[in-house]
Amino acid sequence: MELFVLGKYRTLVVKIYGELDHHKADSVRKAIDREIKRCGVINIAFDFSNVTFMDSSGIGVIMGRYKIAKSLGGSTVIYGANESVQRIIDMSGITNIVTVSDSLENGLKEAAANV
Amino acid sequence: MYKNSMKIEFLNISDNERFARCVAAAFVLELDPTMDQLSEIKTAISEAVTNAIIHGYEDREGIITIEGNIYDDTVEFIVTDNGVGIPDISRAREPLFTGKPELERSGMGFTIMETFMDSMEVESFVGKGTRITMRKRLNKVDKSEG
Ligand SMILES: Nc1ncnc2c1ncn2[C@@H]1O[C@H](COP(=O)(O)OP(=O)(O)O)[C@@H](O)[C@H]1O
Ligand SMILES: [Mg+2]
Repeated sequence: MELFVLGKYRTLVVKIYGELDHHKADSVRKAIDREIKRCGVINIAFDFSNVTFMDSSGIGVIMGRYKIAKSLGGSTVIYGANESVQRIIDMSGITNIVTVSDSLENGLKEAAANV
Repeated sequence: MYKNSMKIEFLNISDNERFARCVAAAFVLELDPTMDQLSEIKTAISEAVTNAIIHGYEDREGIITIEGNIYDDTVEFIVTDNGVGIPDISRAREPLFTGKPELERSGMGFTIMETFMDSMEVESFVGKGTRITMRKRLNKVDKSEG
């Protein structure tokens, strides 16, 4: 996983590699929450372009981070998900609360427009 | 009639979620599944095994069993734990229900298993454990074309 801050957009970009299951969820969650506190960002953008597998544990991670971003007045963006990961995202209904997009740039634009 | 079967047992540590997915995928390869079918099977197995770890055994050590059976073009997986059991199965199966919201569970596990497999049965006894039986028919792709 890689984390980097886009200061201009007050956004933490979370780039996840490989499989996002219950086993991986804990460390992802902890790292993100630590970084949010440390950097004072309010938005979270998940780069899923290198996620090869995700199950409902990944949905739990996204929902939990959405709640944090929302409490800070920010929003959550997901981009780059492959077809099978996108299917889980669609099934969960989180598309109603997070912005799903094809790229970071478009996702941030769309999220800003929705506020 | 083509027939095959297998059985694995493993410890309830989360590293084995991936192990279980890989075994299930490897077991059905003989049936020439599509990429979509493979990912559906891996996801359903992942949900069942994760539930056995998180909800079935919670913090104690235990063994999870996966039995796989193939009859012609249909695969059956039976995931068993000897954990706490489910007091109200129909409630547990409801979309978005979770008994552990404090762990950021989404409550989608059973819904995913039901959607991705053709059938899913839940048998459970409080204090004894839970057995999930899932079946899926994998229609053979005609190899003579393309
Ligand atoms: N193997 C199991 N042992 C005990 N309880 C279980 C088991 N599997 C599922 N459950 C119960 O059913 C609920 C719903 O499961 P699921 O749909 O996978 O959602 P989640 O895992 O996100 O809570 C769980 O929260 C739990 O209370
Ligand atoms: Mg579950």
